[in-house]
Amino acid sequence: MTLNEIVSALQLKVLAGRPDAQSAVTGGYAADLLSCVMARARAGSVWVTLQAHVNVVAVASLLGLAGVIITEGAQPDTATCQKAEAEGVVLLSTRETTFAVVAALARLGVEAA
Amino acid sequence: MVDRVTPDEDSSAAAARVTRSQELVYELRIGEVMTCDPITVAPDCLLTELKEILRVRRISGVPVVDQGCLVGIFSIEDLIVALARGEIGARVGDLMTRQVVSVYADESVIQAVNKFARYGYGRLPVVDREGNLVGIITQGDVVRGLLRRLEVQWHEEEIHRYRASHIFEDIESDQTGLILRYRVAARDFVHGGEASSKVKRALERVGAAPPMVRRVAVATYEAETNLIIHADDGGHLTVEIQPDRIRVVAQDTGPGIPDIQQALQAGFSTAPDWIRELGFGAGMGLNNIRTCADEMNLESRVGVGTRLEAVFHLRERGAT
Repeated sequence: MTLNEIVSALQLKVLAGRPDAQSAVTGGYAADLLSCVMARARAGSVWVTLQAHVNVVAVASLLGLAGVIITEGAQPDTATCQKAEAEGVVLLSTRETTFAVVAALARLGVEAA
Repeated sequence: MVDRVTPDEDSSAAAARVTRSQELVYELRIGEVMTCDPITVAPDCLLTELKEILRVRRISGVPVVDQGCLVGIFSIEDLIVALARGEIGARVGDLMTRQVVSVYADESVIQAVNKFARYGYGRLPVVDREGNLVGIITQGDVVRGLLRRLEVQWHEEEIHRYRASHIFEDIESDQTGLILRYRVAARDFVHGGEASSKVKRALERVGAAPPMVRRVAVATYEAETNLIIHADDGGHLTVEIQPDRIRVVAQDTGPGIPDIQQALQAGFSTAPDWIRELGFGAGMGLNNIRTCADEMNLESRVGVGTRLEAVFHLRERGAT
């Protein structure tokens, strides 16, 4: 399942970057504490979080994540989206809760990495 | 609620990603890709002579030049028309096309590409701003010019990459090292992670293995974040890259940690609520650094400052 397919299936809004239509998302991780993400999320995974500030971009970029799904309609500011574009980080948004997104990802076959 | 990217947004994003060759068409000057010293004829040249020039040189047209200045163009089509009318005895100046579409040598190659498309000509004379003929450009010249430039750039990039990744082999000394130093400002969350991103890119450039890059990047990020959250006046992040190890040092001038053992416990944090709401201050940072690094040393004195050192061995665990 590619990030592009996930965007379609979950009807996510693309806020920054280009969802990859070639390589498969290798797993998923959900947390709002950045240090947990730094410790546990794996490169190529999709990260589900409520956080919408600029440091999300730094974390996703450093870890080489496939993309970030920001839940409950939390809205990153313009500077955050611009930084994400510059760093090549894909920021996605949905009104659904983190739990609902993770459940949907699991149904699509995305597993904990 | 369907909330997807519209096709318009999508195509504008694609348009923003101009390919390298498209970019080069704008960057390259016509003078850089044209053929210099083209074959020309004078206005008093006889059509019989012109016919021989076209036949022998295997070209389909020539610019007509009078004392260096471009005054017309004579193509093989013009010659055929003249032959049909029995005007083979005429001179070039009598029958040439005087309204010449030309381009300037200092213009971008895109001007030539546009004119080829608009007029359907196979060649365009190139003049300087005084109207002197300085060359001729064909579509083949454009393609060759682009390929040559792409090849040069590719070659330069290869050399650049090679040099970066062989820095430690090329430089001889008893101990070669690369020191990266970054100033980290207190409470500056907007720029948080920038120093770590730069460290990550530097490690990739010198050819460190991806898992090692990741471990150093995570530790550096946590150290950087600690300086932002806790240090009174921010601090300095120093990364020392050596052939056998990488050392990350974060140093600040206070407030200092009263109880280091307590600070090292997972989940212990002194970060205020507003910082926790940003997702920081989970009390995991030092643990993450300890997990990633091969060695971690933490020294601190209240009122003086804190020095955190994380060392990564490249030889023992280098490949893992």
